[in-house]
Formats: sequence, C-alpha cells, structure tokens
Amino acid sequence: MWTDVLLILDATLRISVPFVLAAMGGIFAERSGVIDFGLEGKMLGGAFVAATVAHWTQSAWWGLLGAIGIGIIFSMMHGYASVSKRGNQVVSCVAINIFAMGLTVVLANAWFHMGGKTPQLPREARFMSIDLPFAEELRNFPIIGEIYYELISGHNALVYIAFIAVPFTAWVVFKSSFGLRLRATGENPLAVDTTGISVNKTRYQALILNGILGGMSGAYLSTAHLAFFVKDMSAGKGYIALAAMIVGKWRPYPAMFACLLFSFLFAIKDKPEIFDLLKGIFPVKLLNSFLDMSPYILTIIFLAGFVGRAVAPKAIGQPFSKEK
Amino acid sequence: MSTTAIELTDINKNFGSVCANKDVSLKVKSGTIHGIIGENGAGKSTLMSILYGFYQADSGEISVKENKTVIRSAHDAIAAGIGMVHQHFMLVDTFTVLENVVLGTETGFSLQESLQNSKLELQRLEQDYHLEVDINAVINTLPVGLQQRVEILKALYRGAEILILDEPTGVLTPQEADHLFRILGELREQGKTVILITHKLREIMAITDNVSVMRQGEMVAHRKTSETNREELAELMVGRKVLLQIEKAPAKPGKPMLTVEHLDFTDDSGVHRVKDVSFEVRSGEIVGIAGVSGNGQTELMEVITGIKSLQKGQLKLNDHTILPSVSADAAVMRKYGMVHVPEDRQRRGLVTSFSANENIILGYHKDPAYNQLIEMDKTAIMQYCKKQMEHFDVRPDNPQLRASLFSGGNQQKLIVARELQRDPKLLVIGQPTRGVDIGAIEFIHRQIIAMRDAGKAVLLVSVELDEILSLSDRILVMFDGQIMGEVLAKDANERALGLLMAGVRKEAA
Repeated sequence: MWTDVLLILDATLRISVPFVLAAMGGIFAERSGVIDFGLEGKMLGGAFVAATVAHWTQSAWWGLLGAIGIGIIFSMMHGYASVSKRGNQVVSCVAINIFAMGLTVVLANAWFHMGGKTPQLPREARFMSIDLPFAEELRNFPIIGEIYYELISGHNALVYIAFIAVPFTAWVVFKSSFGLRLRATGENPLAVDTTGISVNKTRYQALILNGILGGMSGAYLSTAHLAFFVKDMSAGKGYIALAAMIVGKWRPYPAMFACLLFSFLFAIKDKPEIFDLLKGIFPVKLLNSFLDMSPYILTIIFLAGFVGRAVAPKAIGQPFSKEK
Repeated sequence: MSTTAIELTDINKNFGSVCANKDVSLKVKSGTIHGIIGENGAGKSTLMSILYGFYQADSGEISVKENKTVIRSAHDAIAAGIGMVHQHFMLVDTFTVLENVVLGTETGFSLQESLQNSKLELQRLEQDYHLEVDINAVINTLPVGLQQRVEILKALYRGAEILILDEPTGVLTPQEADHLFRILGELREQGKTVILITHKLREIMAITDNVSVMRQGEMVAHRKTSETNREELAELMVGRKVLLQIEKAPAKPGKPMLTVEHLDFTDDSGVHRVKDVSFEVRSGEIVGIAGVSGNGQTELMEVITGIKSLQKGQLKLNDHTILPSVSADAAVMRKYGMVHVPEDRQRRGLVTSFSANENIILGYHKDPAYNQLIEMDKTAIMQYCKKQMEHFDVRPDNPQLRASLFSGGNQQKLIVARELQRDPKLLVIGQPTRGVDIGAIEFIHRQIIAMRDAGKAVLLVSVELDEILSLSDRILVMFDGQIMGEVLAKDANERALGLLMAGVRKEAA
C-alpha cells in the first residue's frame, strides 16, 4: 500500500512537469497584463522542435534549446500582435494555437514521412533519470529513505528544472525590482507609464520568460516523458496549465499545487484499484470515460468559484494605449 | 527670484480634426502657484499632458528653467524636474505606499534592497513637507486625500521642482481641499513651482498667485490673481457674461412622490454600499444628495431607478409600493412615473455610436408615435428629434449626427430632453453637469428648477457642492453608505456640509 502511494505520487510528479512549467510561464505573461491562451501552442511547438532537433543533433539539450527558441518566437508573435499592434489578445492566442497544430504536423510529415510523428529518439538523445547521491544507500531506510529514493531521486533533469522554476518565479515576481514593474504593469499600466517606465518593454520582457518556460514544457513531452513527437501531443495540457494558474490565483506556489492536484487525478485514473472502487457507483461502461474526464471536471468546478473568487490582474487583456 | 520655471511658446496640438491647443503660450514664474482655468474641453489637460510628455505637440517649444527642452515621455519630464499629480491617480491599488513611490526608480535587482534604500528618503520628505502617510499602508485602504499625498510624494521623490496638479480637488471634501492648499502653500515656500489646473473659480482665488484662462483650445488671458475677480474670470472662460447664482422662488412641497424606507444594498463583491437609508421626496421640491463620490450615492440611485434590484427595505413611488420580493426593473419604474438622467451619460445615458434621433427615443422606442405597423416611423422620429433639439438648444441640431460627436454639454442636453419630455412625476438626476460647460450648466439648472416649479419631485445627486447648494431645497449628505444628516438649503453652508461629507456628525462637531 505504502509503495503504491509512493508510486502514485511519483507518477503525479512526472505528469505535473509540463503543467508546472507552462503555468509559471503563464504567470509571467498574465501578471504583466497579457492573456496567454497560447501556452497550448507553445507546448506543442516546443515538443515538435525538441524532438526534431534532438533527432538531428542526437542531443536532448540542443532539443531543449530549440524548444525554448520556438517558445520565444511564438511569444514574440503574440507580443507583436497584442502588445505592439494592440490586437485582441485572445484572438492572437487562438491563432498561435491553430498555427502550431498545423505547422508541426506539416513539417513532421515533410521531413520524416511518418504520419505526423518524429523518429524514435535513442536514450542518449533523451532526458534520462538522474540518480541523486546516496539514493541506493538510503533506499531501505524507512519512510525518509523511501521517499528520497522513489519520489525525490530518479527523475530527469527537466523535472528538477520545473520545480526550481517555481521558487524562481516566486522570487522574480514578488521579490525582485523587475517583479514590481511586472505586477504594476498588469495592475495599472498608466501608472507605470507616468513613472517613466515603458509598459510595452516590460510586457515583452515578461513574454520572453513566458516563451522560455512554455517551450520547455513542450520539450518535456517529447524528449523526456516520451521519445518522439506525435500529432496533437499537448492534448489540452496548455489549457489545463492555464486553469491551474487561475485556480492558484496567479501565484506560483498555489499554481504549482493546483498542477499537482490535476496531475494526481491523471495519475490515479488508470489504476485498477480506483476502477474497482468506483465500479459499484457508476455503470462500468461510463466509468472509463468518467475517469478520463475527471481532471477536466475538477478544473471546471474549481474555476466556477469553488476555491473562492480569483481576481485577475486588473489590466489583463487590455492593450496599453495612451490615447484612451 | 523671478526666474521663469516653464515657458511654452506657440504650442499646437490636433487630435484628428479636433484642435485641442492652438498657439498656446504660457510663462510660469519660479516659486509661484500658477492657476490654469477653463471649462471642460478647453484644452487645459491636453496642454499639461504635452508638458509631461504624455502627448507630443504638433508644433511649438517648451523651455524648462530657461533651457529649451524636448519632452518625449514621462521619463524626459521627470528628468527635467517636472512632476504631475493626475486627476485619476496613477497608483497601483494593491501595492503599498512605499512600493508605489519606488516603482520606476528601483536600484539593483533585489526589491528588498530598493525599498530599504528609499525608506529613509521618503520619510525625510514626509517630514519636510508635512505629508504624513504610513509608508507600509496598501493604497486601496487609504482615503483619497491620502492617496493624493502619495502622488505628491511620488513626484517630490523623483526630484520634481515643478509640480502640476490636474483638477486635484474633484475627489476631496472642502476640508481636505483646504488641507491640500496648505500643502501647496508649503511647497511654494520651499521654492517649488506649482501649476494648478481647475475649473473652479473659488480655488483660483483662494490659492494662486497668477492665473491663465483657456477657452476652446486657446489661451485667452493672463492675470495676476490679486488684480482680477470671479466674475471677470467666469466671463473670460465662457466668452460672455454668466450668472453664477441661479435665481429661484421658494419651494412649494406637496405630497410625497418617492419614499425610501430602510434601503440597504450590498454589491457583488460583498461590500456594504448603502446602509439603512430612509428619506422622502415631495412633489414641487428638489432634494439634493451631497457627498464625496464613492460613498454609496451611485448605488442608491441605481436601486431607486431599478437598475439594481432592491435587496432590503422598501420604495414607494407615486403610490406604488416596491418590495424586494417584487422585482421592478427600470422599465417598471418608468411606467410608475419616474425618469432618470444617469450620472454616467456615456455608459448609461446614451449609445454613443447611435445617432441623436435614435438616442432621443431610447427606452421609449415602443411608443406608437414612433412606430408604423412593422417598421419604425423614421420621419416621425426625425421630426420629433429636430423639435427637441431646438427646444433644448442642442448644438449642432442635426438629428443624424452620432451621439459621440456632440460635446459633453450637448450630450447631456439630449438626455435631459429625452427624459423631461415624458411628463414624469419624479425626476432622478445624477451629476447633471459633470463635464458640461458653464453655458450648458446654466441651461440645465434652469430646466431642473422649471421641473420643480411645475410640481414635479426632483432627486438630485451631485458631488459638486456648489450645484447642490444652488439647486436644492433640502440637502442630504451621504458618507460611507449612510445619510449623515439633513440640512435645509437656506441654512446650509459649505463648512457644515463638508464636515458631514467627511463623516463627522453634528453632535460631534
């Protein structure tokens, strides 16, 4: 039983990585007042580029760099449309998502002729598990040792990067001078402008961080979690990350916990024990579909106000213009 | 001593085809308080926005401290020693005072360090200029008077030698305004230059050394304050003689038209906006509700007019009783004989992208007079609109023109025309002259008095104390959702009302 719990938690962690990375990216953009539905597209683009570059260079790290690159390119496109040209931010995001959906498949077909898939990556070109020091030695030490071995040790580099990204985001947003400007830009851009800081520059800076994290979340899918890119690989994960960010009220730690909670549901939904438990309550035919739905249902319940009112940054979605 | 702090030469600024500033020149002496007065839309704010780098002038020159200076952004203005306190405060509500002051002047990467460095400097400024504010208080917990201090501190912290204040007293009680003037006096003594933009003559006379008058984008006169008077300034502002005091006969109140009993209202975010308010308005009298904006007047009006539903208490309107259990929307209220001129005319009063003739029947568009069997009767609407425009002196009198293209005063006249023509029993009117030029103010005020003399009940809500005092027969003062007291207009004075507006009850004062 205890081992089962640890294994589920371990799976939760692994599932949560793309959510956590993307949610942190979302926090940067939205705290600066730029809506980011485009996490989905950045994730998908990042997944494709990471797998492709890793295949060509046989290096997961080059793949990651490529993913970061495409993330930044997408977020700059979003920035150009919605910050510089003051377009509708939601429309720009939707465009990026559709663009990513189409482009990745077209390029994958053109380059690899595998029906929108990229070639399987060898071990060397993937992010493999890292055993932390003393994991083996502590393995049999009750509880603490087991947690260390199963839960903390034995993940790939991106898992650790994701969970370092959380305190990093929290520090930048709340404890750095840049964070003060970032938050002020999202709350009252006019006030920022009158103090002599450029609103648009601050928003672009936020979007660069957003692109980096968004691209990385994609790289995790195709070069760490799996070893190839496949059509529509992100499958709505970007939206779930966005939902987690809102449930966490645009704060890094609560957003991380929301990501973990959603991931937990993903982790248990395929466990036979859960299936047996719920078999009596739901018709068996529907049960599988229901379990598949559960993370999404929870998202809706949370967003419908179950966790209390989520107050967005005041100026979110508003292009900045002096001329009113 | 008498060096020039600011000199503007031949400033021109156009927004599309609208000329906001035309060949404007201005000289402001160092160490003085210089007033710029003019009606809404006279170009005062535009001129100051050019000086603060918010807009660029199309042509013209700016000199600061006798050096020609190019100001392209707020950043340049701050560097030239210019600070500005905007009409709508430029503060981040969720930040503390200290964070707001530091914003934009941070040093280094760590916020903690910047805040620490600035703390002492800010405390020194607070002491030097008697601008005490708790530096760790969050802005949205502070009253507006203190928020304004934060704005002044922000400017001083950035080394401002020249401070521009745009309509600074709009949100203040008379006492707070006096306090602000003392602060400005203090700043002048310490050698700072203050430019005060306002449309209130009283403020110009009370505090300034020199005054410049603007009208329709042009600078029409410069005067020493000691050598001019209110009447002359008013005439310069409007371009013709105006009556500052409106004349009216004593009221002849009849039977109660509107009775409000124990009305309570809590808004969507759970803030208790109106607290147990009771009063009545009789036919043939004007009841004024005074108060600093944001003290529940808006919500009270919205409940009375049926825009927000009644939660607690009861309303009696022209013998119809309205209870929380019976929903009564704005249309029902109208049927019972109420008309409403809303305080936010652009949001609630008009569809600004519709033409004047469409706006003038808005809400009454089902009236058979405007309808044929299936289609609307365009000719009838046009004729009706044309007639109303002439009657209410709406300029230009073109029924086809889009509502957004009329000036504030003429938009308001359109709404007043629409509502007053319905022969109501009760008129509810909010901020009737906000953003309206003096000429139109006089006209609208006369219409309101005429309604009263025709035996209608009038409920007037306004944040302009002068307006309340000159129109009302009875005055109620609201503070924090409550009615603080009732004063007969003939016994009222600004000081007593000011205390009530600040939440000080008579017994205590």
